[in-house]
Amino acid sequence: MEPVNMESMGHPEIYPLVLTTKTQEIFNCRIDEDVTDEQPYKLINKVDIFEDLRNRAAVSDFHPVKKIVQEYPGNELLLVYDKDFKYGLNFYLIGTEEGKENYLNPPEVPEEQEEYKEHIPEDVYVYKPPVSKPWVSLGSEKEIEEESVMESTKQITYMISQKRSEFGAPVKFSDQNASSVKDAYIECTAYPDKNFTLKQLEKDVSMQVIPQIKDTSTQTEWTYPKNATTQYYPREFSEEEKETLKQSKPLVDFLNNASISVEIALQQNEIMNTFIDDWKYLAEEEGTFGDKTDTHLKEYQSFTDLHSPTEKMITCVSWHPTIYGLIAVSVAVRLSFEDRVYFSGKLLLQPSLILFWSFSDPIHPQLMLESPDDIFCFKFCPSDPNIIAGGCINGQIVLWDITAHADRIENIKAGDSRSKKATLKPMFLLEPESNTEAMYIRHCAVSSIESGHKKVITDIHWLSDTFEINRMGSVFENRSGICCQLVTCSADCTICFWDIRPQKPLTPQTTEKKKEESIEIPFDVPSTFLHLDLSWKPLSKIRLSKGETSLDYCPTRISLNEDHLLYKTEDKTLTQSKIVKTGEMNPYHNLESGMANLLKPIDDFCTKFFVGTEDGEVIYTDWKMKKDSETGRLMPKKPVSIHTIHDGTVHTVQRSPFYNDIILTVGGWNMAIWKEGVMTGPLLQSCCAPKMYTSGHWSLTRPGVFYIGREDGYIDIWDLLEKTHEPAQSQNICITMITYIKPWIFSAKQQFIAIADYYGTLRILEIPWTLSRPSTNEMTSVNHYFEREVKHLEYVEQRKNIREQEKKEMELEMEKKKIF
Amino acid sequence: MAEVEETLKRIQSHKGVIGTVVVNAEGIPIRTTLDNSTTVQYAGLLHQLTMKAKSTVRDIDPQNDLTFLRIRSKKHEIMVAPGNLAFHFLVKLSFCFTR
Repeated sequence: MEPVNMESMGHPEIYPLVLTTKTQEIFNCRIDEDVTDEQPYKLINKVDIFEDLRNRAAVSDFHPVKKIVQEYPGNELLLVYDKDFKYGLNFYLIGTEEGKENYLNPPEVPEEQEEYKEHIPEDVYVYKPPVSKPWVSLGSEKEIEEESVMESTKQITYMISQKRSEFGAPVKFSDQNASSVKDAYIECTAYPDKNFTLKQLEKDVSMQVIPQIKDTSTQTEWTYPKNATTQYYPREFSEEEKETLKQSKPLVDFLNNASISVEIALQQNEIMNTFIDDWKYLAEEEGTFGDKTDTHLKEYQSFTDLHSPTEKMITCVSWHPTIYGLIAVSVAVRLSFEDRVYFSGKLLLQPSLILFWSFSDPIHPQLMLESPDDIFCFKFCPSDPNIIAGGCINGQIVLWDITAHADRIENIKAGDSRSKKATLKPMFLLEPESNTEAMYIRHCAVSSIESGHKKVITDIHWLSDTFEINRMGSVFENRSGICCQLVTCSADCTICFWDIRPQKPLTPQTTEKKKEESIEIPFDVPSTFLHLDLSWKPLSKIRLSKGETSLDYCPTRISLNEDHLLYKTEDKTLTQSKIVKTGEMNPYHNLESGMANLLKPIDDFCTKFFVGTEDGEVIYTDWKMKKDSETGRLMPKKPVSIHTIHDGTVHTVQRSPFYNDIILTVGGWNMAIWKEGVMTGPLLQSCCAPKMYTSGHWSLTRPGVFYIGREDGYIDIWDLLEKTHEPAQSQNICITMITYIKPWIFSAKQQFIAIADYYGTLRILEIPWTLSRPSTNEMTSVNHYFEREVKHLEYVEQRKNIREQEKKEMELEMEKKKIF
Repeated sequence: MAEVEETLKRIQSHKGVIGTVVVNAEGIPIRTTLDNSTTVQYAGLLHQLTMKAKSTVRDIDPQNDLTFLRIRSKKHEIMVAPGNLAFHFLVKLSFCFTR
């Protein structure tokens, strides 16, 4: 019987015992007498235990631990009283010397543990390397033994070898069927396993219909590609053959037949142009800019001079030829002649002005040109837009030179000031030294009062720079290359030609002396025309006399042959190139340079021009003077033709920008279109309008369109291709009489028309696409119209003659009848 | 003989005609007012086209026959008058009417 030790509890040396009271008495370990709490152990001699064992054999309590006691090395065993039955029984025996030592002298572990606990808060870790201890078997080797695989029996080894004689002998292989020899192979046959057979109950199938296709292929003999060339010459007939063929009859017959049809075809081609693309010419030009249906003039801007004390009306309007958005306006006081005389004192204090308006500022004019009296007409010089000539109410011509201020007006940007404030100042007011006073620019020169016109100048024109005239009216080539001559007409029934170049004075010394004494020129006035100031005399004067009576024709407008050049838009580049650039010597400052050249006459120059008068007559006359044989004086020629068409003052005599010989005259209650050379009458004469016409102008881009302003503020737009008996459109512009109309082109897409009224307001309107864009073939259509009208007039003349003839015949018949 | 010359001269003198070529049934030029290479080129190309046109007309209606063929291009017009013996075609310059 193995003694039970407390191996399971970690103390294999402890053997629990039950000691009966008898045993306790024998060994003097009675509970609570020999063995107490203070001393729960007792050392018992080994000999005593043996004796007890002999005495009581199996009854002895030490019987279970008999073996341990026998094996105990020492003499005394430690017996401990287990009061708490820690090991299950009331006593236990410690079976090893070491255990005895341990029990008697317990190691100081708890104390060390307490020391450890004190050390930890100080955060000092003392490293103790592990100390090797002898291995203590805990019974694991028994488990390993059970699990390990060990050979139970010894292995048997066989050694097999061939017979010695067969070593190295040739090998013989033979085939053998595996199945013939029994057990030569082992197979695992496949067998259907019921577990793995599945019956498919559902199946997804799709179908497609395709045409029957058949794939076939062939193979051809492939020969390698080879470049090959041939040379040939066309078959031709030799000369003899050609000759023989030429004479053969069939050829002749054929040619005769064929040539007929060929000639028919050729004639067809000559009749009409076969290469025309009808589709292309069918449609009008597409790509319109803006609304095609919009035919009204749209208001763009309006200018009013708010600073003037009296009420003014606008007499003349002119766009600046080069600067975009700049327009000049001449204003005059709105008073009748008697009122003018009455208020003459007050009027003297107010300056008469030409105002320069710019699109960028509708309230403040950019420049103001001062003149001695109200201006009724003015024009920019075509060669130099800084020179302006104006005709005054008192008969003087006034010249301005604004070259010094050209920079101011050139820098004005128009059109981008739509969001401007009302207090926006013109550009040049930003300069510190300029103030409002500097805007007034004094005139440069005025004509002589005695020798010029006596009454208001009604029209003024610059003569083209291609020619110049002398006192006789003969035409010569222009020596200076610039516009240097003017023509004016005035209410005193004269037409005067003026030259701005210095003339050789008849009495040089006296006039110069006079000038030095009396006149002091202000310092800021340019001296361009100093030679003309107050001594300017006309080159020649033509009096439009009605013959023997003292009444003369009073011209209000004239139209010379070359005027249309100034309106034509394509020639704008030409005029611009002739305009003087800054930096170069301004020819206007050196007017005498050209005079040194010889005069070269121009032949075949048409010196005739149209004049419209105050009584409504349209006169076609010549400016060339002829020498009167009797008196030897220079006399103007008689007018070529005079027509009284209009019922009131003719205020517009204008040549069409497209046709050199078509003139529009507007006056009174009707308008007329004339062709130069057709002396029988106007091509077209409108019937009396309900309201008086007060101004008119051709359209600059459409040959058949012109604008007429009425006294009630309406503008009539006439389109000759649409209607000739009445205007195509009428549009209300303002409430009062329209005094001046002036259209202007800025670009292909932007055209403006300036309309001035009696109350002094200038309105700028934009011409819509339909009115500015000519339709295709408009020019030829209008041309045809005019030609038809000319033919109509001729026919009328012929009919007149025939009628006369008929009338005479009828009278003769009547006379004959009377006699008989 | 003189007739032939006269007829051809008359046609050639029309306004706008550049050249005239007379070609036999096989396409070999007999008479021409153009230079050799141009003649040969025109003869070769137009002969085939005319044959095609003739056969087309005949295919559509066997009773019908080609009387005249005009080819109008941007620059020129070519007129072909077929006969039973010879073809005769001429090249014509376009009329450009100005607007």
